[in-house]
Amino acid sequence: MTEAAELPLWAAVPVAVLMVLGAGLALTGSIGLLRLRTFYERVHAPTLGATLGIGCVLLASMLFFSVLQSRFVLHEILITVFMVVTTPVTLMLLARAALYRDRREGNPVVPSPMEGGPDP
Amino acid sequence: MSAELLSWSVLIAQLLLAAAMGCAGWRMLAGPRAQDRVLALDTLYVNAAMLLLVFGIRTGTTHYFEAALLITLLGFVSTAALAKFLMRGEVIE
Repeated sequence: MTEAAELPLWAAVPVAVLMVLGAGLALTGSIGLLRLRTFYERVHAPTLGATLGIGCVLLASMLFFSVLQSRFVLHEILITVFMVVTTPVTLMLLARAALYRDRREGNPVVPSPMEGGPDP
Repeated sequence: MSAELLSWSVLIAQLLLAAAMGCAGWRMLAGPRAQDRVLALDTLYVNAAMLLLVFGIRTGTTHYFEAALLITLLGFVSTAALAKFLMRGEVIE
């Protein structure tokens, strides 16, 4: 923490708040992953950390390095855009795979496919 | 003053993220079915990327950013490949 002493207080407070908030949201999502009962409930929980949690930490990082180097350091936007694009894709793929496996085994948790509906 | 505030908040954020990674790791080891394990692995990737970003704030260097970007990229590719494997039984058809 050698460089952090140069950071003014008006920038240090939002950086600290955003960082702790993002980490707390990630912890909330992971506890949800641990506590919820079925897979289809669990698949919702980690998205809390994957969208808002990592967004808060990236905002804190952007603010920290921008104020520290007195120029705009915005390369964290790359991770933001990448997470926003890929999180729904991966979780939708995973939910479809789980639905396919459950239906194939005749698991009563999931509804049977509709007549004439699209093949899952 | 600001250095003290930042060092404490970095420590708290690191502890919270470590607890989050512990929860995801437990679900990956315990998880009743394969899709639970893949979901926990994806969560673990996201938490590791956040932990690396917090490390970057702690040390004041931007080198950790590249590692975080690589981890998010690898997380997307591995989760997509594992979901394809669970669906079809093979990755490249």
